[in-house]
Amino acid sequence: MSALPRAHDLGIIGCHVCRQVSLETKKAHARCPRCGAPLHRRKRDSLTRTWALLIAALLLYLPANIFPIMRTQSLFSKDDNTILSGVIELWRAGSPDLAIIVFTASIVVPVLKFLVMGFLLISVQRSSQWGARQRARLFRLVEVIGYWSMLDVFVVALLSALVHFQVLSRVEPLPGVIFFGMVVVLTMLSAMSFDPRLIWDNRESDD
Amino acid sequence: MESGQDLIVCEHCDTVYRREPLTRGQVSTCLECGAVLERHQWIGLDGQFALILAAFIVFVIANCTPIVSLGFSGMQSATTLWGAVIAMWNDSSQVVAVLTAMTLFFFPLTQILIFGWVLWFARDGIRAPGFAPAMIALYYVKPWSMIEVFMLGVLVAVVKASSYFEVVPGPGVWAFAVLTILITIFASHDSRELWNVTRDTSE
Repeated sequence: MSALPRAHDLGIIGCHVCRQVSLETKKAHARCPRCGAPLHRRKRDSLTRTWALLIAALLLYLPANIFPIMRTQSLFSKDDNTILSGVIELWRAGSPDLAIIVFTASIVVPVLKFLVMGFLLISVQRSSQWGARQRARLFRLVEVIGYWSMLDVFVVALLSALVHFQVLSRVEPLPGVIFFGMVVVLTMLSAMSFDPRLIWDNRESDD
Repeated sequence: MESGQDLIVCEHCDTVYRREPLTRGQVSTCLECGAVLERHQWIGLDGQFALILAAFIVFVIANCTPIVSLGFSGMQSATTLWGAVIAMWNDSSQVVAVLTAMTLFFFPLTQILIFGWVLWFARDGIRAPGFAPAMIALYYVKPWSMIEVFMLGVLVAVVKASSYFEVVPGPGVWAFAVLTILITIFASHDSRELWNVTRDTSE
């Protein structure tokens, strides 16, 4: 056990919206005395919500990667790109640096989010004692990098608006990009539903 | 009990600390989990207001001027942010259109307007009318504003297009670049500190 006091043990609660510290009450719908936002000792149904959103994201992740996200059409050719083939094309076009950036944002980040969130959920559920500090750091990493996956969605939106040269050359969005956008939103919601304080709760001697 | 303002609770692990005044460049971190507790607020309220005002002007430019234009066998094609939103809507990707409009237009605009509103009053140490709901809204909108990601997206799109077309950057791309910088500077501030530097005058 560490010597540092935790809010719940002191009977106080910190507001996550304005950081005001107030006394914990027994009321079911306690509100912060300063800003009026609802106070929770821990986020409500954190594990269930995080799991549900994560699984939903995982299901949509399959069509997001299998279906093409963008069609490039010219007079004589039609070229459908998935997320992965878009990265490869960028690499071949002579921009390996950008290809690596896109690969990181569109493939590494989502996969990392699934793995990390799954790992955090399982370790909390099993009251794991292992490396709380490392797990806390993993969670913060997921929070920071999460929204960069929107990169490909914005690229498709921009190219579809720009490349509009009648029949000569056209870029159109394909359904994959819709699934991918939803995956990003769902994984972000999933990470927001997770309460990192749970990582530390289970380490304490029984309540 | 001590007043709530003397204490700070780590949001990531619930550990309680007594607040210490920070000097320039200092960041206090949680000893238990390593998360940032507080950063020194190195720009004053006037400075923050100036930043937001600048961000608002740049935001208007970014949205009204073309981001990039393409040239292809004598034809020209340019787009603004809204051009991209409308293109997605018309190409049966309404979900993406809404997502783009929200994360790149409505949420950033909401942030700028609310910050402008509360900072204008905070400069006199007063909480603006509607301060509490405004601050709650800021808290929830913050993770959904994605100008920085869009900036990188523009770069990728330009490179992809440049192998087939002649690409000319428009004023919009510079405006988005400046906006990204302004947002990054501003994001190093914890807006929740505004609660401590203003007083409630309604009572």
